[in-house]
Amino acid sequence: MLTLAYSRRSLAIRTVDCNIIIDEVARLCQEANFKLEEDVVESFKRSCESEVSQSGKEILNLLVENATIAATESIPMCQDTGVAVVFVELGQDVQLVNGDFSEAINEGVRKGYREGYLRKSMVGHPLERVNTGDNTPAVIHLKMVSGDKVKITVAPKGGGSENMSALKMLKPAEGVEGAKKFVLDTVQNAGPNPCPPLIIGVGIGGTMEKCALLAKEALLRPVGQPHSLPDIAKLEQELLAKINRLGIGPAGLGGLTTALAVHIEIFGAHIASLPVAVNINCHAARHKTVVI
Amino acid sequence: MTRVHLTTPLSQETSTNLRIGQQVLLNGVIYTGRDAAHKRLVELLDQGKELPIDLKGQIIYYVGPSPASPGRVIGSAGPTTAGRMDSYAPRLIEQGLKGMIGKGARSQAVVESMKKHGAVYFAAIGGAAALISRCIIESEVVAYPDLGPEAIHRLVVKDFPAIVVNDAFGGDLYQEGRKLYCQE
Repeated sequence: MLTLAYSRRSLAIRTVDCNIIIDEVARLCQEANFKLEEDVVESFKRSCESEVSQSGKEILNLLVENATIAATESIPMCQDTGVAVVFVELGQDVQLVNGDFSEAINEGVRKGYREGYLRKSMVGHPLERVNTGDNTPAVIHLKMVSGDKVKITVAPKGGGSENMSALKMLKPAEGVEGAKKFVLDTVQNAGPNPCPPLIIGVGIGGTMEKCALLAKEALLRPVGQPHSLPDIAKLEQELLAKINRLGIGPAGLGGLTTALAVHIEIFGAHIASLPVAVNINCHAARHKTVVI
Repeated sequence: MTRVHLTTPLSQETSTNLRIGQQVLLNGVIYTGRDAAHKRLVELLDQGKELPIDLKGQIIYYVGPSPASPGRVIGSAGPTTAGRMDSYAPRLIEQGLKGMIGKGARSQAVVESMKKHGAVYFAAIGGAAALISRCIIESEVVAYPDLGPEAIHRLVVKDFPAIVVNDAFGGDLYQEGRKLYCQE
């Protein structure tokens, strides 16, 4: 019986060649850097209508033009083509063959950044600071899911906005007001540095590292798509309105469009903990996905 | 708003005539430099050695361009965050540097140094790197090629758009702009 069960199970296993992963990751690295998703471009256009600052309007129009040039000419929209952050949802019925999975992703990054003339922005040792020359190592987040597919999202992340991000372990007594204050303080402190208009990814709950990952994952959502929980969606709207009253504006030169969206993700937390993470994304909110 | 046409190198008179909020179009030679190159330049100054570039009247653009694909002068080339150069900038301003192009706020020490020596800080639009690259008509590495994108490039620019954020009188467009639209 045991043997039979095993063989039935094995019939459901699907093999995926690591060479396909290399090619797909390489393609996604380039596409993400050349073609800004339509939802982001549309949010520039919507903001341009509501922006009252003349220079703010001009900048938003220039960002639309910049995105068009990048897509048409297949050049990066921003010279900072980022850390290659790679999210993988690996179906549990997939068997990867012909190579090592992490190495395949890193090889895809090497290939994509080399062939796409993307900037190599990684140092190998963070204190010695020598450029690795091929934009590796990629930062890989692996999640095992049901099914027989491999979903890969490449989200190149620039240093300027990443540097203005922050995480704080709040006391539960500080509650939602404490969380709101921390988000606002982080954006206020960032000012013009992270290339506004921004997309603000917020993680609330989990452990320290889980909270940071929630904030990063929040950046992958289509711009302005509300959270499925009504109270969280309401909090997103409230924070967006408050952030846009800070006056920072496009390129930090003053205006009403400091952020295009606030996306929050939540997770259960320890009875003693209320972690809050704020991952700031510049307007070049890049991510491309493939399902293999 | 009318844009002021500027040609490098900038004279003391030119740099001290600029005021925050002025939009400029830069022409001529500018140099690129980021953290790693700044660190080396300041180390040379500490050792009393000559710099690989003459900074008198010059402008440093804080940028690490992406590689040029075939047929292009340069890859995408938008500004990087200027604050990372704050600890080095006053030393270069003392050497005659008259302008810096980047994005993001400067430290009080840099602002004071700009006031003392008559230098200015321009912002270019962060992230508009494909667009900005069209204003760069020549590019060559003149120092530290081992630094890759962080090497010092000599660029020739034509009508490169920037805006004066900090002038030689302590003005700060980021602060003024924020005040104008802040509703808190």
